[in-house]
Amino acid sequence: MRRDWSYWLSSNRGPLIAAALFVAMFTLFVSKHPAGFSLNIVNTAANKGALLAFVAIAQTIPVLTSGLDLSVGMVFVMANCLASTLVVGRPVEAALGVLVVLVSGLLCGALNGLIVVFGRLQPIIATLATGAIYYGVALWLRPAPGGAVNEGFADFITGSLGNAVPFSIVLLAGAVLLIWIPYRRSVLGRAAFAIGSSEQAAYMSGVPVARAKFLAYVLAGLFAAIAGLLLTGLTYSGEANALLGGSYTLSSIAAVVVGGTSLFGGSGGAIGTIFGAFVLRTIGDLLFVFDLDPLWQPLFLGMVLLISVSLGSFRLLRVKRRVDLYR
Amino acid sequence: MRGMIDRIDKALLAALCCIVVLLLGGALYSRNFLSLDYLLQQLQVASFLGVIATGVMLVILLGHIDLSIPWVVTTGGMMSTAAAGHGGMAGALAIPFAIGCGLGIGLINGIGVAYLRVPSMIFTLAINAIAQGLMVVHTSGFAPQEHATPAMRFIAVERSILGIPNAVWMWAAIGGCTVVLLRRTTFGRRVYGIGNSERAVFLSRGNVDRVVVACFAIAGACAAFAGVLLAGYSTKAYQAMGDPYLLPAIAAVVLGGTSILGGRGTYLGTVAGVVLVTLLQSILSIVQVPEAARQIIYGAVIILMLLVYGRGQKVVS
Repeated sequence: MRRDWSYWLSSNRGPLIAAALFVAMFTLFVSKHPAGFSLNIVNTAANKGALLAFVAIAQTIPVLTSGLDLSVGMVFVMANCLASTLVVGRPVEAALGVLVVLVSGLLCGALNGLIVVFGRLQPIIATLATGAIYYGVALWLRPAPGGAVNEGFADFITGSLGNAVPFSIVLLAGAVLLIWIPYRRSVLGRAAFAIGSSEQAAYMSGVPVARAKFLAYVLAGLFAAIAGLLLTGLTYSGEANALLGGSYTLSSIAAVVVGGTSLFGGSGGAIGTIFGAFVLRTIGDLLFVFDLDPLWQPLFLGMVLLISVSLGSFRLLRVKRRVDLYR
Repeated sequence: MRGMIDRIDKALLAALCCIVVLLLGGALYSRNFLSLDYLLQQLQVASFLGVIATGVMLVILLGHIDLSIPWVVTTGGMMSTAAAGHGGMAGALAIPFAIGCGLGIGLINGIGVAYLRVPSMIFTLAINAIAQGLMVVHTSGFAPQEHATPAMRFIAVERSILGIPNAVWMWAAIGGCTVVLLRRTTFGRRVYGIGNSERAVFLSRGNVDRVVVACFAIAGACAAFAGVLLAGYSTKAYQAMGDPYLLPAIAAVVLGGTSILGGRGTYLGTVAGVVLVTLLQSILSIVQVPEAARQIIYGAVIILMLLVYGRGQKVVS
């Protein structure tokens, strides 16, 4: 029994560190906040964190297969623009609009998957190019910022349930329980981890490599579209903002790494990523409550990111032979 | 070996064909496309991307990637104009000072990747954020007021020899050095070796770490020099001036036949890739279609070209 525990601890070290870091930082944030602990603060923090968390989950799944999806930020922006044109009017129409947005995310993911799996292009460069396409679609849908989003919908997904739990957290928990955990336990989910460890070995063991990789990119599109819906709820409008998409793509990679998923694939998961995303977002909040000059904030954020990614190099102390360092 | 050479040639050939097709397609739209003036103008614009792509290619050949390019370019531009603002001796040293800054950032990138063993994608991302932070603090978030020195204007805009822009000569000089470095030195052989198998280079007593650091340093210096050229071209530096160059640089290198996994690619291919990407952007901006369609065509064309000649091997065993 004891051995099970130590195994569990060592295999979940990344997510646990990220979770501990988040709890510590968030406690500090709330204790320093002038207004103290209130639902409003928690709700705002949850919405901002969940926004990045969904994009980062989208990034996690292809990364597990040792791929990468540089188009998640642009799918996110495109879903935002689409939602701002479709999630309007009467509740029934708005609900239909939500469905269309989710399907559009799936389609974007499917296009990425097709190109990577059947076109056999490297994921980095393929998704870089499809990202440009999705951004073009976003611009086409919304040449100028705007849109009249159904306010009931927007307030609902960014509000809180029973004045206690932020809905975005419920949405995240739902995504983990209904999509991530079943996926993790399915044949194709396990195949994704196997491919990330060694694609050749996975292929030789009869793992459905092509289908698993394809599904990974499709799910990435879906999660990015959910994030786009959430953004629409926060801003009540749509904007084809290339800078926003780019920064979310890059932040999502950072969140994946902080959450303990290996960029080489094969280990990690969405739960660590969620904490990674919340850690990154809480850094910004902390800078705010500690009244740091806004001018210094980007530098400070960069420093924190650099230190957190360099922490992984402590493993070098455990390497016994130098040749093991090299691939 | 034979198959490898054939592969590279195929990519270069395909890139050259695409360039010809683009030029002919453009010529159908307007006669000006084949005029000497337009072509020289395009080469001048391409030289900025070409200098950046040189460094990016070295890093990609190692099997790494450098995402700090955008703000190293901006750092190069801002540091050179800042030195120019001091006037006198500092103004005269503006260009070497900016390149030195880029070299320094590249060294840090290299140390992080080679000695700390942090994946290059995430380490250079963090360095990019720090370079951005430093520049925001330096400029207080505004566009810097200083202007480029005459020397910077001279290398970026003027046409001194044979009517060819000086920027193109600069690119040619850097490119020539890179070809010699990659083809004629042990260092170059090691770069290709590391891209194929770091472990093999280590076991054959090559100093992997030092080669990696050097490549990242060169990439930083190239990016900063491109920043100097850009600042000279538009007479001043501005925030995020390097942002539009990262993706085209990577696309140019890959379209030129360099494997994004490292270990394979030629400089000539990169040159073709740079010209190709520049022409594509130029034609898309001249042909009057909305920005949205331009983005879609840009992405689709890159995917299509890669599908024609950039496909990977099928996993069979």
